[in-house]
Amino acid sequence: MAELKLIDIKKSYGAATIIHGVDLAIADGEFVVFVGPSGCGKSTLLRIIAGLEQVSGGEIRIDGQSVTNVAASDRGLAMVFQSYALYPHMSVYKNMAFALENMSLNRTEIDQRVRRAAQMLQLTDYLDRKPKALSGGQRQRVAIGRAIVRDPKIFLFDEPLSNLDAELRVATRKELAALHGEIGGTMIYVTHDQVEAMTLADRIVVLRAGRIEQVGTPLEVYNHPANLFVAGFIGSPRMNLLPARLAGSGQVVIGNDTRPISVPSTGQAASGGNITLGARPEHIDVVDENQADLTITVNLVEQLGGETYLYGSAPGLPELTVRQDGQARYDRNHRVGLRLKREALHLFDADGNAIRIR
Amino acid sequence: MNFAHLVTARRNPKGWHWTDIAAYAYLLLGVLLMFGPVLWLILSSFKTQASLLEFPPSLLPMSQKEITVPGYPQPLPLFTVTMEDGTTRELAQVRRVGIQAQMIDPANSGRQLRVPIDKRVPVRQFALATENYTEPLERFAFPQFLANSVFVTVVATLITLLINSMAAYALSIYEFKGKNAAMLMVIGTLMIPITIILVPVYLVVTKLGLVNSLWAVILPGAATPTGVFLLRQYMLTLPRDLIEAARMDKASEWQIYWRIVMPLTLPALAVLTIFSIMWRWNEFLWPLAVLTKTESYTLQIGLNAFQGELQTQWQYLLAMTVMTLTPVAIVFVFLQRFITTGIANTGMK
Repeated sequence: MAELKLIDIKKSYGAATIIHGVDLAIADGEFVVFVGPSGCGKSTLLRIIAGLEQVSGGEIRIDGQSVTNVAASDRGLAMVFQSYALYPHMSVYKNMAFALENMSLNRTEIDQRVRRAAQMLQLTDYLDRKPKALSGGQRQRVAIGRAIVRDPKIFLFDEPLSNLDAELRVATRKELAALHGEIGGTMIYVTHDQVEAMTLADRIVVLRAGRIEQVGTPLEVYNHPANLFVAGFIGSPRMNLLPARLAGSGQVVIGNDTRPISVPSTGQAASGGNITLGARPEHIDVVDENQADLTITVNLVEQLGGETYLYGSAPGLPELTVRQDGQARYDRNHRVGLRLKREALHLFDADGNAIRIR
Repeated sequence: MNFAHLVTARRNPKGWHWTDIAAYAYLLLGVLLMFGPVLWLILSSFKTQASLLEFPPSLLPMSQKEITVPGYPQPLPLFTVTMEDGTTRELAQVRRVGIQAQMIDPANSGRQLRVPIDKRVPVRQFALATENYTEPLERFAFPQFLANSVFVTVVATLITLLINSMAAYALSIYEFKGKNAAMLMVIGTLMIPITIILVPVYLVVTKLGLVNSLWAVILPGAATPTGVFLLRQYMLTLPRDLIEAARMDKASEWQIYWRIVMPLTLPALAVLTIFSIMWRWNEFLWPLAVLTKTESYTLQIGLNAFQGELQTQWQYLLAMTVMTLTPVAIVFVFLQRFITTGIANTGMK
């Protein structure tokens, strides 16, 4: 178990810069999730931490020791690969024991550790099998077991669940969370799936194009996205982002509408400036048209049983998504009045940065 | 699917389409072209020297029937003779004088007959001249040649596999500066045939005092650019994640090579093994240059000894060629499935 510090990490391949100076401190025992769209550099960053990629600039410290130029094998970290990377010619037991043999532990110690991990991951019955005789979920657990037996300083996960089917992914996600509770190591987890990020993380690191956009606990990131990118990326279905303009202090006008909406504060932004107003689907109520902030024409209704999603359009605005609890009945092409929950609105200035309104 | 079903497979089980006939004719031609010479070689290796040279040649090894007649110490050749009255009798020939032959009836050895030679036809029978095999093995040092060939092939193949795979590992997986330059040099040497470097290599071998030692045959050809290239290309297809997983698992370069890469490269190693065995077993020019003493000859050089300047002992040459072919053929039969099964199951999704 260890803490990790990244100081101004840069990575470029030739002229293409992938990581533009990342600073991050990860505390001992923390579960940190790197999330971002594909190509944002999250996997590269993980591989840099692992030592599989050399940095172009900056420093990596584990427990205060600089490991920037230390080989991957000597950093004492364990990694679970997206492809699992199980050694196909070795049994499950051998796969897990391989690292321990390389650490030249004695046989009984190896056996003890492998069996303990196998028990923890319910792999005891499969120890003699080759990876190809295992199901996807079992292979996944072997890959995790291979990391656990090492008792590493930090666990690194590179999209470990993306090859599993939806049901198994949810189950394994829970197992991972339980595992973290049980063994409590420092874990860094890379995913593009924000549900995994929200459910697993102590802290989420949102990355875009090689830069950190926001670091925070899942709810912090959800409730207070630092900018338009984070607002759009975290939350599913995504937040409604509507063009708006400031009409004086605490007054916002949506689109081409004339009726202003009162918000607690509009901070330093200048009146008359173009801003973006964000409202999550669950923070919009369906109301009578005379009380409505805006009126939409329903394009599509999705009934999920426990909740209902309305997709509708209003002139001059992008498509809006509204979440309703329960099984609300709406017809296509029906006009519906919407009211935004004032206390849960988000405002972003012309540069896309959040305006603190609470 | 059983064999009978396989060789009578048709487009439509009900009847013969012309494409079936064309396909079988074409395949038959292929079989004839491939196996004809081998079959001819094997059958001919059992012929006596005389029947090898006779014209017209026969496919099966036939020899003239001989018979022992009381009163004659040597066995006499047997002929079918057409008599003047038109009847045919089997007679043994005592001697030939000009166009007349003195014949004798084996059943009645008292009376000799004179027969024109164009009235007699030799009685032939199927006979395997196994002495073609046994005599060289007894009179010449063929067992020694065989042992030399086996030693050269086995040791050279092991060395080739080891150092070629290590070079391939370095050129595909290990990271170092100048990797591409090293690769280019290896490919460059691919294009230089042994005939061009024969003399310089011979000089090196002489300086090392290896002439007439089997190591002179084994060592210079141990690093084959073809083998390095073949293995490198295969190793490049191994999932990168596996190597990185091994690095994360604290494996040293040697352990990655020996415990991860080598087992996964088995199909390519099998292919190289077949190649190496065939190259080494059939190698002729280089051993001919460095092996001058009979006791260090390999089989191929030994075979060459039957081909004299004035006379070639075809019957021995053919028999020993069959002997020489057999081991590689067997090796090929056992290892060829590796060529086709090819790609390893990588266990990756």
